[in-house]
Amino acid sequence: MSLRLILLCLFGALALPLAAQDRLPPAPYAYQQLKDPAQEARAKALMEELRCLVCQGQSIADSDAPLAGDMRHEVRSKIAAGESPAEIKTWLVARYGNWVSYDPPFDTATAFLWLGPLFFLALGGWLAFGRFRRGEGDAEDAP
Amino acid sequence: MKNRWVLFVPLAIMGLLFGAFVYRLVTPAETLIQSQWINKPMPLFDLPPATAGVEGLKSSQLADGRPRLVNVFASWCIPCRAEAPQLEALKAAGVPIDGIAIRDRPEDVAMFLREYGNPFDRIGADMQSSVQIALGSSGVPETFLIDGKGIIREQIQGVILADQVPEIVAKLEAMK
Repeated sequence: MSLRLILLCLFGALALPLAAQDRLPPAPYAYQQLKDPAQEARAKALMEELRCLVCQGQSIADSDAPLAGDMRHEVRSKIAAGESPAEIKTWLVARYGNWVSYDPPFDTATAFLWLGPLFFLALGGWLAFGRFRRGEGDAEDAP
Repeated sequence: MKNRWVLFVPLAIMGLLFGAFVYRLVTPAETLIQSQWINKPMPLFDLPPATAGVEGLKSSQLADGRPRLVNVFASWCIPCRAEAPQLEALKAAGVPIDGIAIRDRPEDVAMFLREYGNPFDRIGADMQSSVQIALGSSGVPETFLIDGKGIIREQIQGVILADQVPEIVAKLEAMK
């Protein structure tokens, strides 16, 4: 069982497309802008919000991975075909989950990120308030 | 003396945070992105043959009543070579397998099949990864288990290992 796990990890590491390169030229719209500047601006904004599946810290706009190029081609083609950025994002999220977006919605997974700061601010305020009030009155270690 | 332990709460919180950061540094975030396109019908596509002498692949062909595998591979993918014997074993066990070759040249696919065997009934050429993206697949090799109605039931990421073969045969058998 553990051997299988080790092998799985080994192959998993090898399975990253980064480890190999194909020999096809990039897809037409991977490095080419759309003719209509308004469409290109919409495509660009969306591409910056989409996460590359291969180099997972980069947006597909930034990544030179072949799959990122193909995703840019996909985004630009769909924009050129008249789809809205929101539709394309929904389409991709249905396939890769919220992970693919750098702007995930507010849900149970992200609630802590949004509400955490408010919570800690409130906690800090409460602690500080308590301390100040104690300072005015009697000593800290009053029985 | 009441609530002296409260003084340690900030330290404890810092300790927890520190622990969380160290944990993430040591075990980086998950790198395998699983497809969410599971228990859904195969996306519509019609791919041309990946090389001379093979049949192309249409999504409509994947709903012929026989559960099957769709293997997403590429000749330039080194782990795919390691997977070839397992695909042969699956084929020998009577499992229909179709292939989707990602960003591949016909001559490279032909060489790959000559060298590592051809367990595929059909191989479609996905030149711009469009079907791969429509499947929610993020790398090669990946294998999708398709039921007889053309619904994707499971995604296997990475190389199929030898001891997974009977399991896969059983799963496909159960879909009949």
